[in-house]
Amino acid sequence: MKVVLRELTKIFPSRDKKDKTEVVAVDNFDIEIPDGKLVGLLGPSGCGKSTALNLICGLEKPTRGRIFFGDEDVTDLPPEQRGVGMVFQNYALFPHMTVEQNITFPLGNLKGDKKLSKEEMKAKALEAAGLVQIENLMSRKPKEMSGGQQQRVAIARALVKRPKILLLDEPLSNLDARLRLQTREEIRRIQRETGITTIFVTHDQEEAMSISDMIVVMKAGRIHQVGKPQEVYDKPVNLFVAKFLGTPAINVFKGRIDKGGLYIGDEKVLDVPDTALMNGEDVQTDGREVYAGIRPEGFILDENGPLTCRLDRVEVMGRDISVVSFHDAATNAGTVCVRSIISAENDIDENEDTVRFSLKPAKTHIFDAESECVLQFTGK
Amino acid sequence: MLPAILFLGVFMVYPLIDVLIYSVEENYNFASQVYSGYGLFNYSYVLHDTYFVQALKNTFIIVIITVPISTGLALLISLGLSSIGRIQSLFQTVYFLPYVTNTLAVGLVFMVLFKKTAYSDGLINLLINAFGGKSIDFIDGPYWAKIMVMCIYTIWVVIPFKILILTSALASVNEEYYKAARVDGTSPFRIFVRITLPMISPTIFYLIITGFIGAFKAYSDEVALFGTDLNSAGMNTIVGYVYDMLYGNSGGYPSYASAAALILFAIVFTITVINLLISRKTVTQ
Amino acid sequence: MKNVRKIKTTITYILLSIWALIVLFPFYWMLLTSIKSYASYNGEYVPKFYAEHPTFENYVNAFTAVPLGRYFLNTLIFTLVTTGLMMVVIILSAYAFARIDFKGRAALFAFFLALMMIPNELVIITNFVTITNLNMRNTFLGLILPSVTSVFYIYLLKENFEMIPEELYKAAKVDGTSDIKYLIKVMIPISQPTIVTIIILKVIECWNAYVWPRLITDDENYFLVSNGIQSIRENGFGRENIPAMMAAVVAISVPLIILFLIFHKKIMAGVSRGGIKG
Repeated sequence: MKVVLRELTKIFPSRDKKDKTEVVAVDNFDIEIPDGKLVGLLGPSGCGKSTALNLICGLEKPTRGRIFFGDEDVTDLPPEQRGVGMVFQNYALFPHMTVEQNITFPLGNLKGDKKLSKEEMKAKALEAAGLVQIENLMSRKPKEMSGGQQQRVAIARALVKRPKILLLDEPLSNLDARLRLQTREEIRRIQRETGITTIFVTHDQEEAMSISDMIVVMKAGRIHQVGKPQEVYDKPVNLFVAKFLGTPAINVFKGRIDKGGLYIGDEKVLDVPDTALMNGEDVQTDGREVYAGIRPEGFILDENGPLTCRLDRVEVMGRDISVVSFHDAATNAGTVCVRSIISAENDIDENEDTVRFSLKPAKTHIFDAESECVLQFTGK
Repeated sequence: MLPAILFLGVFMVYPLIDVLIYSVEENYNFASQVYSGYGLFNYSYVLHDTYFVQALKNTFIIVIITVPISTGLALLISLGLSSIGRIQSLFQTVYFLPYVTNTLAVGLVFMVLFKKTAYSDGLINLLINAFGGKSIDFIDGPYWAKIMVMCIYTIWVVIPFKILILTSALASVNEEYYKAARVDGTSPFRIFVRITLPMISPTIFYLIITGFIGAFKAYSDEVALFGTDLNSAGMNTIVGYVYDMLYGNSGGYPSYASAAALILFAIVFTITVINLLISRKTVTQ
Repeated sequence: MKNVRKIKTTITYILLSIWALIVLFPFYWMLLTSIKSYASYNGEYVPKFYAEHPTFENYVNAFTAVPLGRYFLNTLIFTLVTTGLMMVVIILSAYAFARIDFKGRAALFAFFLALMMIPNELVIITNFVTITNLNMRNTFLGLILPSVTSVFYIYLLKENFEMIPEELYKAAKVDGTSDIKYLIKVMIPISQPTIVTIIILKVIECWNAYVWPRLITDDENYFLVSNGIQSIRENGFGRENIPAMMAAVVAISVPLIILFLIFHKKIMAGVSRGGIKG
């Protein structure tokens, strides 16, 4: 089932009596989520991603806009008629019920000819439990289980009604690092097996990138970019998206474009064309103040390279080494230290004062300093 | 929701306003429900009524004697309780027993223990005799003896609650404070004064405040010991006076009852405010 | 050093045991007296600490000479109906305050709390007049009505309800659970400890109720045990029959003591959590 959001907007009235500013939690969402995909809704905390999820689920009513599941307009339907399953951040398992009672709880709300017998419920619960591999825990209470197990119960409860759409709110945030890796694979597997369109919310870009078919990057209620994870990583539309994706984070330098060259400090580091595409419009690049975002893997160690940084230290990571250095243009742009990752075959003398790099053009993104939008060079 | 508002409205809010009105309606006749005008006569009548003055005196004596003794004794018992490990919970359960019993019923037992009858002087008197004292009729005898029984019974009734609250307050003091103090070689007395007492002082003040309020409302314990005709026994309390004015042999005067109740309210309110002011200065938060 | 500690502990135990004796003695005495015959009780100038010829005639007497059974039944009805009605009222009110977002909720709740400050004695006066004017003296309705709500318990339960995570409500909503079903299936079971505490406290309160029943009933047929025992004290069994009186006292005390012995952990935890004086 595909999910379509049209001009979806949610405005919360101000709670503060003195300050009447409204909060626009979701601002004009316009996206289409294809059937059977796993989609990550990604953004810093407080950006409205949970609200977006609640709107899709039906727990909140939108201020404006429509929501479609397939061709059906579900905007005015209550949650139970939308056929969604939801997994909450803290799992929301009922503490006084056993695993089985928790999983069958949604089935107990069915009425009329949909009503199920006790045996049917049990069978369905067992089936859902099998999917997340917790059949042997059916008589436990939530507090007798680990976080990972509780998470599985929550997923089973969401799946038991065979929802058309599965929604997960920060599904991994309460798990420890090892479980997190495991569980995200698990979510991926379950999604593949069931083929249910799944939307999950996270603030962890690594999590979103690793398992999603598609990610939606948002900030302050607005969608900034939608696309496949690699696409979004390789072609960020603006500085925020570039900074938000990738670990270690992208290195941002202050710079300017002058006579066909990108300058960082006084050094010309790259050749750039005279014209570029910004927000779909052709613009002149000459004389423009810009931010240059360079991915850690975009640096090439080069004795004669144009970019000279003050060397701080070298961290060995096995296959790679990470070179930590400083540059005033980076410091001015808010990047504390420049971190580059190069192959461990390179040899760096840590006692040197400086280190010189040349840059890979594909890993270097140039953003307009004022609008922070990317400058796309068609000729590149 | 609605039922609760309705009930509270009918049985709590309206009453309050009503009592204020009753207390200023002069010569109110309960049967015919007529009154002659508004004024403060009811208050002046109550304040000049010897029964009320007696009740006021009795109530104050109960408050002054029972609140400090019961709180202090409860503190000592709780300290003892928290210092022992074994059978602590058994003691605790036993000590709490009076809380759940019908005070009217157990009051009769106290009466039997203290009463001097034609057949026996009562167990307590025999005990006094054994120590060379003379028998006293605690129930129908001299005023001070009656007051004494009353206070003893009141303390017996109110102390379980205080022990329970103080014991849990003592248990909630972090063990590490005591360890730290012992490492520094602090004497037990100093530990009590400098650590324990400040840590549980909010609880103690809470008990004192609620103890004052409760003692000012003493009534059914007295009925249990001395019967319903407390006025003639000279053992009435303010609350008893209110109810007697309302109903019973001398009843039918809701105006006097209201005036007396409001006087009691004023006293309790004042004392509570004073208590709160003192506690704000002394209690360690 | 070790000896000093040992002595101290021993003294503590002795003192605590003495207090336990003071607490338990009246109970022992009423039991003891209740199984002494009228003649032997009055024959002992120095009361014996044991019964030479234990007898149950006092119990028979207590239930036949005065309508003690009637008082029991009345108290039972009063306790069950009052507690039951009150639970419905306070659960619904607490639910409304905790979950339903209506206009002026905060103000109304503040007003509720303010009501807790009003002493009961003031309220009783008007309630007495109201019930009397409604001609409900000597009726169960008159006995029960004023006690079916409690600001304090509503407050206690509301706090409890509010501690239930909002997520649970959302989770139930996603599955189409109605509000009332959510209340019954989720909120009440989760708050069960508090609800049980409230029920127990209310039962104790009802069983020991004296002032209101005394004001509102003068017909023996509507007496509760407290009033019954008081009338036994005043009018006796035709003559002053202390052993029979003690038998009645035992009979009245036993139900609550049994309840306490079964639930003593819950009751004590509840009282210390609620921090209330019964």
